[in-house]
Amino acid sequence: MIVRLLLPIALTAILAAGAARPEVAGDAKAGAALYGQCKGCHEIGKGAGDRIGPHLNGLFGRRAASHEGYAYSASMQRAGVDGLIWDFDTLDAYLENPRALVSKTRTSYRGMKDAQDRADLLAYLRSFSADPANIPEAAPTARGTDHTVDPTILAIQGDPEYGEYLSSECVSCHQADGSAEGIPSITRWPEEDFVVAMHAYKDKLRPHPVMQMMAGRLSNEEIAALAAYFKDID
Amino acid sequence: MTLNRRDFIAVGAATAASLSAPAVLADGHGKPRVVVIGGGSGGATAARYIAKDSKGAIDVTLVEPSRAYFTCYFSNLYIAGLTELDDISHTYGTLAAKYGINVVHDWAVDVDRASRTVSLAGGSVLPYDKLILSPGIDFVEGAVPGWSVAAQNKMPHAYKAGSQSELLKAQIMAMPQGGRFAMVAPPDPFRCPPGPYERISMVAHVLKQTNPTAKILLVDPKETFSKQALFEEGWERHYSGMIERVGPDFGATNVTVDPEAMTVDIDGSVEAVDVCNVIPAQKAGRIADVAGVTDGNWAPVNAADMSSKADPDVHVLGDAAQQGDMPKSGFAANSQAKVCAMAVRGALTDSKVFPAKFTNTCWSLIAPDDGVKVGATYEATAEKIAKVDGFVSQTGEDAATRKATYEESVGWYAGITADMFN
Repeated sequence: MIVRLLLPIALTAILAAGAARPEVAGDAKAGAALYGQCKGCHEIGKGAGDRIGPHLNGLFGRRAASHEGYAYSASMQRAGVDGLIWDFDTLDAYLENPRALVSKTRTSYRGMKDAQDRADLLAYLRSFSADPANIPEAAPTARGTDHTVDPTILAIQGDPEYGEYLSSECVSCHQADGSAEGIPSITRWPEEDFVVAMHAYKDKLRPHPVMQMMAGRLSNEEIAALAAYFKDID
Repeated sequence: MTLNRRDFIAVGAATAASLSAPAVLADGHGKPRVVVIGGGSGGATAARYIAKDSKGAIDVTLVEPSRAYFTCYFSNLYIAGLTELDDISHTYGTLAAKYGINVVHDWAVDVDRASRTVSLAGGSVLPYDKLILSPGIDFVEGAVPGWSVAAQNKMPHAYKAGSQSELLKAQIMAMPQGGRFAMVAPPDPFRCPPGPYERISMVAHVLKQTNPTAKILLVDPKETFSKQALFEEGWERHYSGMIERVGPDFGATNVTVDPEAMTVDIDGSVEAVDVCNVIPAQKAGRIADVAGVTDGNWAPVNAADMSSKADPDVHVLGDAAQQGDMPKSGFAANSQAKVCAMAVRGALTDSKVFPAKFTNTCWSLIAPDDGVKVGATYEATAEKIAKVDGFVSQTGEDAATRKATYEESVGWYAGITADMFN
């Protein structure tokens, strides 16, 4: 029944958005099969409880790390405080690459690359949110947006000397020695993780307003330069 | 001896300079010389970055009278009993030992821009190729009639941290039960726009603990102030009924004080108070005036490199500079110092110069674990430092967000002070 509801909503979204983004309607039945990849850690449905990961009932519309009784990672807690709300866009990005959204998440899943698979899985997950009918139509049920950072961007070789200059803006807050008191450490990250995380701020998938602003004015080359510089900092 | 690329460029530049412009190497000195006056957020950062990044190619002297520097940021938390004075105190040992900065604890009393020298109170004369002034603020004389620097022990400003902060805190702790604390707030522009209002919050916090029937009178010549909605919401939530603000519509632009009688006269209405924190109108620290780079109260600068509009070999940083859209804050001074350091290195050693970028964020504490922030990014235009994008905390945020914001400010404090002194 859920699946039948999806189509008109998705169509409305396409019309409203002027078809600017490809929309993919999810198929909850297909999603149920894909959920097999998740169930080793996450229970869902009637009687589900927390296991290695929290149960996933009522996930939609919830703030990250807000399900009581489960001990979330510090990274996930910070994301929740920053304002990360699980909706279609954020879950889609998280499923595609969990670390793009939450750097040190304990979700060990590597990511689901296919947009249709993600839409299917999300349609399935959504059917276990307490009152899916109350989710506003403005937040559509499926979307095929590609959150992956373009391989050509990831391939940019950063200039560490430029990165060193740019880094002076970062170290007003993030300590150069890697201390992480109140503000996370940004040193010695794998370059790709750094680039992916900065683009998630730039695209406003990650919620922190200071970082959205800082990343928002950095070019692809500048992000690469920073990643190259901070990778090897002592 | 092995030369890396940077050293080679530096040596090459010095050689070229000695052929074409002997003045750069006055007195046969081997290296270009930078003198920095003022060891706060602007000056300490500039000295550190020039010395660190030039790797010995530039001779850097930092002139700062105090051996211990107390940050103004977090000094309101000291007044509230939330931090110790030691925690906001910093010394210059690492700058000297690690980066070879010549730290001189003396007052700069004169600048001769024609001969490019700085005279110190102790009698020394320092030649420079580039001079960086980061003197902070002084108070405009007569700004609050009845108050002068001579009265600062009766009515502390506590707007340069250290002994003044201690004095104000001691006076607050000695207030009689049910007594009255007054603040005379400054007109724009002034150091740390949210500072007076964070202080009101912190005074209210300490009085709520020790003297809950005490009252706070805020006399403010401005119609509006930084983060006003956030502060007013917080005051109502934490300190309901304690704080009275008198704005310009009730005479706050016509205020005199009597430090002997401990009274504040607001447009003819005389109020007796137990503690009076007078924060007068401000201007650039005196040496900027002496150097002849001010126009009115502040020193106009070019946004691209923070050079004075009066002299390309003099740079002015932080509160003293008139630069455009950035607030006068420690964060802003630190950000400007890095742009300046890069430009000065580029001019003296041919190192790469990248486009100027500026950032600022100001955190304020309303009550323990109730932090708010405002921030923006900026770029250099031909006329000024221009705001590009910004954000501010929202009213009605939940407690977890506010606590995280406060914790972020603690992290920032560790970050910026390491960026200045470590």
